[in-house]
Amino acid sequence: MKRPPKDSEESARTISRRAALLGGAQLVFAGVLVLRMRSLQLGQAEEFRLLAEENRINIRLLPPSRGLILDRTGALLAGNVQNYRIVLVREDAGEPRAALERLAQLIPLTPEEIDRAEREIMRHRPFVPVAIVDQLNWEDVARVAANAPALPGITPEVGLTRFYPFGAEFAHSVGYVGPVSERDLEARENPDPLLMIPRFQIGKIGLEREYEDTLRGSAGHRRVEVNAVGREMRELDRQEGEPGANIQLTLDRSLQAFTQARLGEDSAAAVVLEVQTGNIVALASAPSFDPNLFVRGISVADFNALRDNDHRPMSNKTVQGAYPPGSTFKMVTAMAAFEENLAAPDERVFCPGYLEISDRRFHCWNRGGHGRVNLTSALAESCDVYFYEMAQRVGIDRINAMATRLGLGERYELPLSAMSSGLNPSREWKLERRGADWVVGDTINASIGQGYVLTTPLQLAVMTARIATNRAILPRLVHAIDDVELPVPEYPPLGLRPAALAQVQRGMWEVSNSQRGTAYGSRIVDAALRMAGKTGTSQVFSITQAERDAGIRRQDQLPWNRRDHALFVCYAPDTDPRYAVSVVVEHGGGGSSVAAPIARDIILAAQNGGLPPLDAYPTAQRNRIESMIREITDRIGPAADPNPGRSRA
Amino acid sequence: MSYLEYNVKRVPTGLSKVLYVNWALVILLTAVASVGFLQLYSVAGGNFERWAEPQMQRFGLALTVMFIIGFTPLWFWRSMSALGYSVSVILLLGVEFFGSVGMGAQRWLEIGPIRLQPSEMTKITVIMAMAAYYDWLDIRRVSHPLWVALAVVLIMVPAFLVLKQPDLGTALLIVGGGGMVMFFAGVSLWYFGAVIAAGVGLVAAVFASRGTSWQLLRDYQFRRIDAFLDPSLDPLGTSYHINQAMIALGSGGWAGRGFMQGTQSRLNFLPEKHTDFIFNTLAEEFGFIGGVFLLTLYIGILVTCVIAAMQSKNRYASLLILGIAGNFFLYFAVNMAMVMGLAPVVGVPLPLVSYGGSAMLMILIGFGLVQSACIHRPRERT
Repeated sequence: MKRPPKDSEESARTISRRAALLGGAQLVFAGVLVLRMRSLQLGQAEEFRLLAEENRINIRLLPPSRGLILDRTGALLAGNVQNYRIVLVREDAGEPRAALERLAQLIPLTPEEIDRAEREIMRHRPFVPVAIVDQLNWEDVARVAANAPALPGITPEVGLTRFYPFGAEFAHSVGYVGPVSERDLEARENPDPLLMIPRFQIGKIGLEREYEDTLRGSAGHRRVEVNAVGREMRELDRQEGEPGANIQLTLDRSLQAFTQARLGEDSAAAVVLEVQTGNIVALASAPSFDPNLFVRGISVADFNALRDNDHRPMSNKTVQGAYPPGSTFKMVTAMAAFEENLAAPDERVFCPGYLEISDRRFHCWNRGGHGRVNLTSALAESCDVYFYEMAQRVGIDRINAMATRLGLGERYELPLSAMSSGLNPSREWKLERRGADWVVGDTINASIGQGYVLTTPLQLAVMTARIATNRAILPRLVHAIDDVELPVPEYPPLGLRPAALAQVQRGMWEVSNSQRGTAYGSRIVDAALRMAGKTGTSQVFSITQAERDAGIRRQDQLPWNRRDHALFVCYAPDTDPRYAVSVVVEHGGGGSSVAAPIARDIILAAQNGGLPPLDAYPTAQRNRIESMIREITDRIGPAADPNPGRSRA
Repeated sequence: MSYLEYNVKRVPTGLSKVLYVNWALVILLTAVASVGFLQLYSVAGGNFERWAEPQMQRFGLALTVMFIIGFTPLWFWRSMSALGYSVSVILLLGVEFFGSVGMGAQRWLEIGPIRLQPSEMTKITVIMAMAAYYDWLDIRRVSHPLWVALAVVLIMVPAFLVLKQPDLGTALLIVGGGGMVMFFAGVSLWYFGAVIAAGVGLVAAVFASRGTSWQLLRDYQFRRIDAFLDPSLDPLGTSYHINQAMIALGSGGWAGRGFMQGTQSRLNFLPEKHTDFIFNTLAEEFGFIGGVFLLTLYIGILVTCVIAAMQSKNRYASLLILGIAGNFFLYFAVNMAMVMGLAPVVGVPLPLVSYGGSAMLMILIGFGLVQSACIHRPRERT
């Protein structure tokens, strides 16, 4: 198609004009793009750079190692052990089920565990390592490691977990740790980010809980680069955390072991105090439990067994159990009377076996009566009527004040869980809590540690230590934190009149050293180790008329949980006291027959710094004692193996 | 025009054609493609085999195709225009009935071992057809409503078929390419003014219709528009991609974070980092300088084409070159506007840089036609 030249030139002109027009528009658009780039890349570069960094950098916490808990000699009570576990990465392992079944040929895995692990694996993204088995022993881990080529995506890993080498012996004082729960988080105002780490362990009860912040340490962190789906690409830097502080306790590992073993399977509690320092050297509550079960995650069956046991293994009876002190309270009544000069120590009171007060007859435990008794013999023989008489003279206000002075009714500052303050009753208390006026009968009951009075075994030990020293000692449990010893406070004098106190101490001495004493059978013959003490048998229920009619006369004919509590408090040596001991055996029966022998063994062990010396016992008892001690030492195990491993099915 | 003058000019033949290849254009195209190779190597994390190598092979192949087309006389291509257009429309109808939908909703036609993507090829054939149409049409009738209407129909038929696939991006490029040829051919500016006015009116109507009974777009389409207008509204949903793209671009700063140091692309925060959003990886790693450098190369290609079009006294050649160049402009302008957050996300790749063989082949076929026009321009005998 030929075009006339004019036409062709006009065409070319039009095209050039239009091309210039559109080309100009395109240049303008390019200019807009450049301006846009300038504004984003030069104007807002900082902002976007920051967003990019936020995208790519994640901060991962490094859990610090938890502080150790040691006894006074440095023996490890709570430590950290390597916890071997197996982790699986789905994207490397392939089909999880098949991988788990391959693994089950090497280490024992139940079908339930396989199911649970599979669910856990599928919940996470394929590159996330998921722990599928925990608490493995070294042989199992070695077997997995040796078979690594056949198990792609499955690797053994090591972490730290809490371990209690002496298991049940320190379960109540040291407590245990467990994984952080929702409630733990809610209870905290501003929770440490560490607590958000899955499976992070914090103190649940006991010292582990009360000293949580000291033991935990502070987190380190590492900054890692992650990609868009959160996979870790590399570590940018790392700062190790501060390990938690070590805590050294006043408890003595060997005495604690002996005490715990001596209590055996009774529902009982025993406390050993150093009378000068207030240091708690043994704090035993029986029966006990293995705290390691809780660390590993206790099974429902094990937990139910602990919870449903009527001997309450999980309760720390030394500070949580509040018992009527029974006759061990009589020192309080006596001291209240002498401090106010309301009786002379050698004044005699006639005991016909009962005392009639406002037409009500209050019996002495000895229905036949003790005849004429003074303070010393009243304590030695535990005559109730003498104290009924004293109670009438001093009244509840002075008894209450003296109990307070001797440390009863007080919740001490100790790192233990759920401590009870006991009950030191007063007129105000009764009016407020019971809505009734205090009556003289209440005073009579209180004077022999019955009625409203409740004390914990620890309070009884403190009371005994105060009587032994005439100082306001307080119990201590922590000896040092990170090797810095906490100073022993200078305990102020109690200011009890020495003459009166000496008479009470004399009475306590007779309890276990005079032939008429209620605990003469539990005397110590070694003069350097002799003890002064007081028995107590506190009624939980009276034997009812119906029971009497049914022929029940004696305690051992009653069901266990209706029997009397057996108590004994003592200090030794009698001349220069070093230790105070209190023993409570729930529903044990008589203080002299049940609690006193236990207390004697414990206080001898404390003084001897090991086992009780046989020659401190009366000759006639030595054979029996020797076999009993052998039996007890057999029960004391060595420190447990931190990695018992999984038993092969 | 004298007989003498007529004899002085002649079209190169045989091996001498090599001398008349527009080498400036070849160099610029290779430079742009090389930027692509570099970035594909980088976003693969230093893996050459993954994207860079296949891309280089495709570029080599496409360049060969470009030369073959370039050495073929222009009259041949002119005579093929009507046929190419018809085949395109038939193939588009073919995919409408027999095609299969692949990733990104583009339809393929499988004829034996060959996978054809007719919509890609239509971009070129529409431009060829429009150039031929206006070369054939008497220049005085260019703005006659009837002939304008015929041109619009010629453009709209394939554009509509592509839109039905559905592939909005390609349909816009077809309409844009065809419309630009009409513009260069001298169709009255009033028509274009009217179209722009209608477009503005339509956008207004779309927005006004939202939430009413005569709503013109689906809800999800409205949400996409919202995300475009304010990407911070929904940072993890619809707007995630564009937000991450902007972070990549912006964090590049003046000189970039360094080759292979772009965290957004290396750590996969950037979506489609080797295809539609490859410009952001360039801007992240080489910064403002890198971005402007690539834009300059693109403009260089446009300028080379405009010069070639001006030099040509052949109406078909000029319209064809300008149409192809205009189409190329639309490609990179739409992509860049999109990745910079100036336009909604429509799937348009960055020409010659984004990973993908089909688009690259079509672009170089287009430039093959430009080369053909350059080589076969009558020149004075030397």
